[in-house]
Amino acid sequence: MNQIPTLIRVFAYLSLLTVGGGMAAFPEMKILTVEVHHWLTFPQLIHLYSVGQMAPGPNMMMIVSIGEWAGGWLGGVVTLLAFFGPTAVLAFVVARLWKRLEKWRWRKSIQEGLAPVSIGLLLAGCFTMARGVISGLETAAVAVGVLLILLQYKVNPALLVLAGGILGIFSLMPK
Amino acid sequence: MNNAATKPLLEPLNATASQAVVSIWRIFLEFLTIGATSFGGVVPYLRESLVARRQWIDDRQFVEMLSISQSLPGLNATNMAILVGEKLRGALGSVAAIVGIGLPGSIIMAIVGVFYRQHGDHAWATAALKGVAAAAIGLILFTVVQLSKKSLTQRFDFVFMALTVIAVNRLHQSVPRTLIGVGIMAVLFHRPRPAEKQAGAR
Repeated sequence: MNQIPTLIRVFAYLSLLTVGGGMAAFPEMKILTVEVHHWLTFPQLIHLYSVGQMAPGPNMMMIVSIGEWAGGWLGGVVTLLAFFGPTAVLAFVVARLWKRLEKWRWRKSIQEGLAPVSIGLLLAGCFTMARGVISGLETAAVAVGVLLILLQYKVNPALLVLAGGILGIFSLMPK
Repeated sequence: MNNAATKPLLEPLNATASQAVVSIWRIFLEFLTIGATSFGGVVPYLRESLVARRQWIDDRQFVEMLSISQSLPGLNATNMAILVGEKLRGALGSVAAIVGIGLPGSIIMAIVGVFYRQHGDHAWATAALKGVAAAAIGLILFTVVQLSKKSLTQRFDFVFMALTVIAVNRLHQSVPRTLIGVGIMAVLFHRPRPAEKQAGAR
């Protein structure tokens, strides 16, 4: 079955939900890509997202992998365009109108009001993902450890994600 | 807004003619470099490149653009690329910037995806991925803490944050419904008040 139109629809929709960060769209992404369209399993989605944190550039590039799985290389490309196109156009329009928007009284209200909601969406995405990730003491310790290290020291987060993987090989191997 | 492209925004002491108009190719290359090297989060790399090294925008503009990027849908990295690209060279500048910043990561993840599909179920890979995912959770939580410190203006904002989490995770409301519902409440809470100045002076 040709998945291309569905990929475009799903990822263009998800793109508009990424207020505050890619994670904000995660709960909806899980429902659509895993439960509705069965392009991949929940653990696979988690793995791709997490591995994507080690890649440079915008941190949701794992969507390319989903598109490629569902629709081949063309699927990967249209997913990329669908996911970044709509928000790019929106950002461009806002950039053009900014001089006028700057003086609009509600602009500050919208920015201040959306801040807690977007952080909440990020946290909700994090909890959705955590349910598939935190399976015992070891994984919880890694997550909390990374949080504490980042709060305390200036370390490159990509290195910590890599360290999590190395730690995983040593402590989480199925026996 | 286009006249911004014809004069340097921040006049450095050793200003040269080449800084007056930035070529599309130059924009593409700069963002391509950021896209290929920004391990562990794009924002510090953007600042280092655009503000410190190239001086295409100054620090105040950077912070303003970042706050716009954060309140729009879309990732910070790509929204920043659009905004900076637009400032430098209009629509073409935006396209050059977003393609540049996204190209390396998307190629890497396409390859990773193929590799993962073939080898992802090896025991060592599964174990490593469990650790990677757990670390990623820690990283997201850190982002939440950082953003809360930076962009929450009132203590009551935590109520809207909690409401959002409850709506999505507990009440299983869809993200757009939550975004609109709680979003409207929060924006109304932060509505413009004419008496704000007097209240602030008290």
